[in-house]
Amino acid sequence: MILDDFQVRAALAGIGVALAAAPLGCFVVWRRMAYFGDATAHAAVLGVALSLVLSTSILAGVLTTSLVMATVVSSLSGRGYAMDTLLGVMAHSALALGLVAVSFVSGVRIDLMAYLFGDILAVGKWDLAIIWAGALLVLGLMHWRWSSLLTATLNTDLAHASGIAPGREQLILTLSLAVVVAVALKVVGVLLIAALLIIPAATARPFSRTPESMALLAALFGAGSTTGGLQAAFWLDTPTGPTIVSLAALLFLLSSLAGRLTPSVMKTTRQ
Amino acid sequence: MTLLTIEHLDVDLGGQPILDSIQLSIERGEIVTIVGPNGSGKTTLLRAIIGSLAPARGRIQRAPGLMLGYVPQRFHLDPTLPMTVSRFMGLPRRHAPGQIDQALERAGAAGLGRQQMRSLSGGQFQRILLARALLESPDLLILDEATQGLDQRGVADFYRQLETVRRELGCGVLMVSHELHVVMRASDRVVCLNGAICCEGTPERVASSPAYRAMFGHDTQDAFALYRHDHSHQQAPAGLAS
Repeated sequence: MILDDFQVRAALAGIGVALAAAPLGCFVVWRRMAYFGDATAHAAVLGVALSLVLSTSILAGVLTTSLVMATVVSSLSGRGYAMDTLLGVMAHSALALGLVAVSFVSGVRIDLMAYLFGDILAVGKWDLAIIWAGALLVLGLMHWRWSSLLTATLNTDLAHASGIAPGREQLILTLSLAVVVAVALKVVGVLLIAALLIIPAATARPFSRTPESMALLAALFGAGSTTGGLQAAFWLDTPTGPTIVSLAALLFLLSSLAGRLTPSVMKTTRQ
Repeated sequence: MTLLTIEHLDVDLGGQPILDSIQLSIERGEIVTIVGPNGSGKTTLLRAIIGSLAPARGRIQRAPGLMLGYVPQRFHLDPTLPMTVSRFMGLPRRHAPGQIDQALERAGAAGLGRQQMRSLSGGQFQRILLARALLESPDLLILDEATQGLDQRGVADFYRQLETVRRELGCGVLMVSHELHVVMRASDRVVCLNGAICCEGTPERVASSPAYRAMFGHDTQDAFALYRHDHSHQQAPAGLAS
C-alpha cells in the first residue's frame, strides 16, 4: 500500500498541515497576530510535558495547553495591555516552563528535538489520520465562517452592523489555531509552526488581488515548501522541519523581489 | 412605522459616562441628523445603535427584521489584506456582479470595481462605503460623517443621492454631520447632542433654540442664513471657518 512508504506519509502530512495553515495564516497576517501564533505554538511544549507526566495522549495535552494559551491571550488582547510585551513574556515563559517540566519526567526517554523541530519522517498512519482530520476541521471552519471572519477583520463596526459578533469570530480563529498547532507539532515542531502560518501567506501577498486568491496561493506555496523541503532534506541530509521553513523563506524572498519588480503588483503593495 | 426606539440609554466608555438618558425614535422615510461638538457622544450613539457598544442602562429596540446599512468614517485597511472594491461590496453577503456595478454607478463610483480599496481617494472610499450599505436595501441607513473627504461637488452629489435613496427605498436615515449648512437643508429633524440631547426638532426650530446657539455660536447664524437665503447657490461655507 502506498501509505506504507514513510516518504509518502511525510509528504501527505506536510500537505495536510500546509492546507490548513494557509487560510488561517492569512488571518494571522491580516490581523497582525504573528506573536499570537508563536505563543500558542510555544505553549505546546508545556502540553507535551503535561501529557507525559499525566500519561495522557500528547495530542490531547497539546490541544489543551494551546487552547488555554490562545484563549488567555485573545481575552487579554481586548483589554488594552501592551500586547507585544505580554505575548513575548507568555510565549517564552510557556516554552521555558515546558522545557523545565519535560526534564522532570524521569524514566521516560523523550526525544525533545522531535517536539521542537518536528519529526515528519516518523509520521505513522495514525498520525496521518489525525493530521488530516484536524486539517479538514480547520478548513471546514474557515470555509463556513469565511465572510464573517473577513468582515470582522476589516472593521468590527461594519461586522456588528451586519449582525456578526467579532468576538465569536475571534474565538473560531483561536480554536483553529490550537488545532493547527496540535497537528503541525509532528511536522515542523513548536519552534517553526508560526513560520508555516506566516511565511506562505506573506509570500502570496504580492500576487493577490483578493483575500481568496491570497489564501489559495498561500496553500500552494505552503504545500510546495513542505513537499519540496522534504525532497531537499533527503538529498542534502539536513533536518526536515528547518529545511521546509528555509525553502518557504526562500520563496518569500523571491516573491518580495518579484513584487518589487512588477509594476502592476507595486500598485497593490504601495501606500 | 417606527424603525428604532431608544429609551433611557446610558453608555459608558472606559468607566466614563458618555451618553446620558438618550430618548430617540426614528420613523421610516425620515432623515434625522445628529449634530454636536467634538466629544459629545455622536459616534458613541451610532455605535450603540449598531450593537458595537453595550448600553450601561436603558434599551434600544429595533423593528423586527430591521435591516441596517452602516457607513462608518473612513477606516484603516491593513496593507497585508488585498481587497478589490467589488469583493468588498460583497462582504459579508455576496451579490450578483450586475447588482454591484449598478450600486457603484448609483454612488458615482462606476468603473472602480477592479481597483484595490487601498488605492482609493478619501472621497472614493466614502462613495464605496455608501454603495455597499445600499446593496442590502436597508430599512435604516446609519451614516457617521459620511461626507468626510468629499469635495463640494461630492457632498452635493452625496446628499442628492441620499434623497433619491430615501425616496426609492423608503428607508429611514440617521446621520452625524458637521456640515451645518447642508444638514439644515437635508434633514427632516435635527438632534442636538452634548452627552444628553439638548434640543431636537425641525431644522428651523433647532437653529433658533438657545441651546444650539450657545453650542455653535456665530456659526449657526451663518449656517442658518445660508439655509434661508442661499440654498439655491453652490456657496463655499465661508461662515463656518470664521
